[in-house]
Amino acid sequence: MKNLTLKSAKEKLIKKEISAKELTKFYLERIKKLDKEINSFNIVCEKEALEQAEKADKLLSEKQDLPLLGIPIAIKDLFSTKGVQTTASSNVLKGYIPPYDATVIQKLKDAGAIILGKTNCDAWAHGSSGENSDFGPTKNPWDQTRTPGGSSSGSASAVTADFALASTGTDTGGSIRLPASFTNTVGLKPTYGRVSRYGVIAMASSLDSIGHFTKTVEDSALFLNITAGKDQMDATTPDVPVPDYTKSLNQDIKGLRIGVPKEFFIDGLDLKIRQAIKNALKFYEEEGAEIIEVSLPNTEHAIATYYIIQPAEVSSNLARYDGIRYGNSRESFGAEAKRRIMLGTFTLSVGYYDAYYKKAMRIRTLIKQDYEKVFEKVDAIVAPVSPSMPWKLGEKINDPLTMYLSDIFTVTGNLAGIPGLSVPAGFSEGLPIGMQISGPQFSEELLFRLGHKFEINHDFYTKQPEL
Amino acid sequence: MNNRMIIGLEVHVELKTKSKMFCRCSTEYFGKEPNTHTCPICLGLPGALPYPNRQAIEWCILIGLALNCEILNHSKFDRKNYFYPDLPKGYQISQYDLPFCINGKINVDFNDKQKSIRIRRVHMEEDTGKLIHQTINGKGVSLIDFNRSGVPLVEIVTEPDFENAFEVKQYLQKLQQIVRYLGVSDADMEKGQMRLEPNISISLNLKSNDLPKYKVEVKNINSFSFVEKAINYELKRQLEILEKGQTPLQETRGWDENKQATVSQRIKEEANDYRYFPEPDIPPIELTDAEIKSIKNTLPELPDQKTDRFQKEYLLTAYDAQILTRERALTDYFEEACELGKNENITPKQIANLIINKKINPDEVLPAELIKQIILTHKNNDIGEEELRQVIQKILKTYPNIAVEYASGKENILQFAIGQVMYIIKKKIDINLVRKLILEELK
Repeated sequence: MKNLTLKSAKEKLIKKEISAKELTKFYLERIKKLDKEINSFNIVCEKEALEQAEKADKLLSEKQDLPLLGIPIAIKDLFSTKGVQTTASSNVLKGYIPPYDATVIQKLKDAGAIILGKTNCDAWAHGSSGENSDFGPTKNPWDQTRTPGGSSSGSASAVTADFALASTGTDTGGSIRLPASFTNTVGLKPTYGRVSRYGVIAMASSLDSIGHFTKTVEDSALFLNITAGKDQMDATTPDVPVPDYTKSLNQDIKGLRIGVPKEFFIDGLDLKIRQAIKNALKFYEEEGAEIIEVSLPNTEHAIATYYIIQPAEVSSNLARYDGIRYGNSRESFGAEAKRRIMLGTFTLSVGYYDAYYKKAMRIRTLIKQDYEKVFEKVDAIVAPVSPSMPWKLGEKINDPLTMYLSDIFTVTGNLAGIPGLSVPAGFSEGLPIGMQISGPQFSEELLFRLGHKFEINHDFYTKQPEL
Repeated sequence: MNNRMIIGLEVHVELKTKSKMFCRCSTEYFGKEPNTHTCPICLGLPGALPYPNRQAIEWCILIGLALNCEILNHSKFDRKNYFYPDLPKGYQISQYDLPFCINGKINVDFNDKQKSIRIRRVHMEEDTGKLIHQTINGKGVSLIDFNRSGVPLVEIVTEPDFENAFEVKQYLQKLQQIVRYLGVSDADMEKGQMRLEPNISISLNLKSNDLPKYKVEVKNINSFSFVEKAINYELKRQLEILEKGQTPLQETRGWDENKQATVSQRIKEEANDYRYFPEPDIPPIELTDAEIKSIKNTLPELPDQKTDRFQKEYLLTAYDAQILTRERALTDYFEEACELGKNENITPKQIANLIINKKINPDEVLPAELIKQIILTHKNNDIGEEELRQVIQKILKTYPNIAVEYASGKENILQFAIGQVMYIIKKKIDINLVRKLILEELK
């Protein structure tokens, strides 16, 4: 049962080559044996998972056709799960058991998925390395002295370590794409509003995007089929039809115009990553796509803009954890949360609002317009995800500014609300490299098409870390 | 008078929509078991999101239209950030710089003159939970009931156009009448469905129209008489300070009914900076002119229009028309009775007289019954007059001393005579008519 994909596992379940219970047990045992070191799970729901697996087997035997029936998955500990502790990896919410399921959780359950447990992350999703978790950092299964990237550190590690077939994540400034690129997984940050945020603990509401990790692009498309769509509980989900994302995967890419933003190929970009992206572009060119250099001139302001808007919303979103409810006092907040609360409170204050928040919102509009202009000329953009290879745990934790800069190629996507897909693009010295494919709002089909083409011709996804 | 009082008003009105502002919980919290009308959204649980109630927004706009406001095509919700235990999210969803309605006005009668009160804005927000302070096992505790949390609240803010408590009271009565006419709120003060916050200051410089450099806000008053008392108390208190050459503190005060005084709650220096910013969980609200027009089409006839029409159409006096239009239910009742009365040759004036003089409760007497009553009275009178005369003549014959005593100036004897008539007739009759007939016979 090793190295299955969501799709291959589904086929085996339907053909009765394996049972959902066997598959669930396989992952639970791997987690039990190997996750002590990796620390990708905050909580493992063994009993509930086995119960769900039994139910799935029963439905399978009745030939029920549910898209994720019997598929074991992991959930970032930011998603509310009814009856199962949900902490955002913060001591503030230790012991909090939600009385309701997030919309995405409800959809996944309805689709027949089996929830193995809740995965570790930076507390409140604040961070790029997972080290801000109050429950200890998650290690990168490819090199356990290194970070798997964050904030969705546990979800990324769990998929690459073969602890689950897929996992959910959230991406506010790169929290899915960065860890995906550090762990040889496929990470999708959908269009803002494509997937409901209801029930997912908010980081920065106007930037939060709900996505997932899978082993392949095809699996990512299968997963989005379940999670996407308008939600009557989230006013920011527009009524845009949800296609079958797997349908167009194999369409040709001949004639597609791929933009390469020159601002993303800066001096600080690791040469190994630069080379991997170059190789990918060459591949696309050979496949008949047209490669066009484009410019996103406001990229240089993206991090500054992001670090005004995001902490402002964070300061408001965390106000509810005031020590009156949830059983833990405000002193339980970690340093990074406190830093963002103070920063955001300051920039929203009378006399500073115009100079900071309002100005940042204007630049955000300019960044959006940059993309709109570029997408008049090209269909999609291919770029690096991270400027650097997975760094050593502890290397940047005392230098928040350097840590913030690791999101430099991803935050623009959140500010513009466009989708981004991180696809494995190679290895260097045993460490994974990811490439980012972005497109206009609601162009997920196109991103999958480009990603799938690359994936089936390279097979990076079949590589597994030694554990 | 060597001073001028300057008062502006903020009024909160709870809407009686079926469900709350941002969730599907019932708004009927009054007298309900605490925390039974709650869900993840109005409890502000981690991850929960607001989903705006369209009906509430339309009703807010309806109030704005009734107050002659401009309705903005582009408006939005904002977060008002502050800490209070009854506010589960740590912020209230409200509207800051782009409310639904701005720049309205409303004419209010003050004795015999009319004044136009300017409405600065009408905006939409959500109510908070309620703190209950109790002693449990000898320990003082504060409990929170979130049943009220998220109930839609409309805030109506005037310009500082009032000069005394009477004007404020007249305006408030009119506002209450309007929201009741619109059917969007019962505006019951005792149930907290309408809450009042006057801003009060006094200028000693009568030549200048400039506003004083301070203002005192009196919070959450829940009766018209308290608002009157609070304003008059503030007039006295602030004048005493001003006459000493000092300036009253800019502060928030509350009305203490036991002390019959306003008491300081918070001085401005400690006041909150609400750190308003656009609510990212709710997209901006775009309203086309057509949508605004279709809301406008649902505006019912308002009290002023109705009073005018009643005078013209039913030939009522201004006084009668005003009494009849105080409540929409009574106007409907009156008009239904008039329609029924047409066939019976009963005039609207007769109906109005009966309703006003007999203080008819529309819930107790059907309009048809009312008409029957009038017809019966008529019949009694018609048949009665000849009959009555005969009865009176008989009584005067039986009791000759009635005439004797009346002649000697003892007018009380008339009461005895009337009593005898009523005893014999055994029907409801017009006493004035009986008296008139007795006097005629005595002549």
